[in-house]
Amino acid sequence: MSYRSNADLGGRADPRPVLPEAVGELFHASWEPRVLALTLAMGATGLWSIDHSRAARETLPNYADLTYYEIWLAALERLSLESGAVDATELRQGQALQRAIPIPRRLDAASVAAVLARGSPVARPASQPQRFTVGQAVRTRADQPNHHTRLPAYARGKSGIVERTHGVHVFADAQAQGLGEQPQWLYTVVFTAQELWGQPVAPTAPRSVSVDAWEPYLEPA
Amino acid sequence: MADHDTHPEHDHLHDHERSELSPLELRVRALETLLTDKGYVDPAALDLLIDTYQTKIGPRNGARVVARAWRNPEFRRWLLQDATAAIASLGFSGRQGEHMVAVENTPEVHNLVVCTLCSCYPWAVLGLPPTWYKSAPYRSRAVREPRSVLQDFGVSLPESVGIRVWDSTAEVRYLVIPRRPDGSAHLGEADLANLVTRDSMIGTGLALPPGSGV
Repeated sequence: MSYRSNADLGGRADPRPVLPEAVGELFHASWEPRVLALTLAMGATGLWSIDHSRAARETLPNYADLTYYEIWLAALERLSLESGAVDATELRQGQALQRAIPIPRRLDAASVAAVLARGSPVARPASQPQRFTVGQAVRTRADQPNHHTRLPAYARGKSGIVERTHGVHVFADAQAQGLGEQPQWLYTVVFTAQELWGQPVAPTAPRSVSVDAWEPYLEPA
Repeated sequence: MADHDTHPEHDHLHDHERSELSPLELRVRALETLLTDKGYVDPAALDLLIDTYQTKIGPRNGARVVARAWRNPEFRRWLLQDATAAIASLGFSGRQGEHMVAVENTPEVHNLVVCTLCSCYPWAVLGLPPTWYKSAPYRSRAVREPRSVLQDFGVSLPESVGIRVWDSTAEVRYLVIPRRPDGSAHLGEADLANLVTRDSMIGTGLALPPGSGV
């Protein structure tokens, strides 16, 4: 079965307005903060990576019909099942029936502040020289890989310029597939509006758009 | 259960309680009970996580960074050069802010940040993303027609200003440094920070004129 992301929305025609929101309006139902906290706490156990989480969310078949915290909830249930942390009967009944599986870590209240302040940096030492340099013209890969990826569809097969180098970062595509970190050089690549959206350039268009692209996404132009 | 007093929702619900809860509420409670009872999560940690993002980590963090950059040319240079370190010097670091880049608005360029693939956002300086940032219309339209998106926020920029959109597709998180408002030369850092709105640090707003602070 081919991998399909339902979350890759950039450039899609969407006639709906963006609805601004006051600062402090963080949640819209009392269950939403619980889902946020559960997602963070379970993420901290190390049973799965952030890239697994994104893959679990973006492949939900009803992604477009869910609110964002509903997406997080459905993905958390799914990851909890797939990791073996819970089984379907337990989930249905909201009751522990099987022994817990071993978890690498547990986020205790006493360590919350320190764990948040530390975060999860993804920069890794370079094991090979970077292939591209700032100012270089590159072309992004045109194919749609059959797995989680972070090159948006609108930026595939496009010519751009390397604008920044960010060092070597954990490669999302590899980690989401359970293939380990496979760190790769990461670049900011910038594209003109006409390259992305064609001519004529609409008056509402950007001057340029950039994505952050790992080296395997790029070829010399 | 040790947390009985503070978390009655973890215990089994009476029928009349259950009937008052929405299906989503019930589903979340079931999951929370299960994950807690299995020992995977510490209920006190959940409360602390929520409290942290409701009261401690929010856009006032970013506003302090911007105000410092407006006032202090050396800090501004550092912020543009190595945002992660410069921001950490003010005590803001960590989750969803591990790899920060600050981008500065100028008379020629207005920066706008989006995550078209999910909801990547610089939590360490702005807190949790607003609903619209995660919404399909914003993620769809920001890269293609940012000027009409800005209109939804009541922002209209001259044609001479080009819009640069940053799609946060990896773990780098972007903070926009809005233009310092006219008439703010006399203000100190705390007063300047009051002019820096959350939206101005995403690029969907501008800093407020002096006298209209947040």
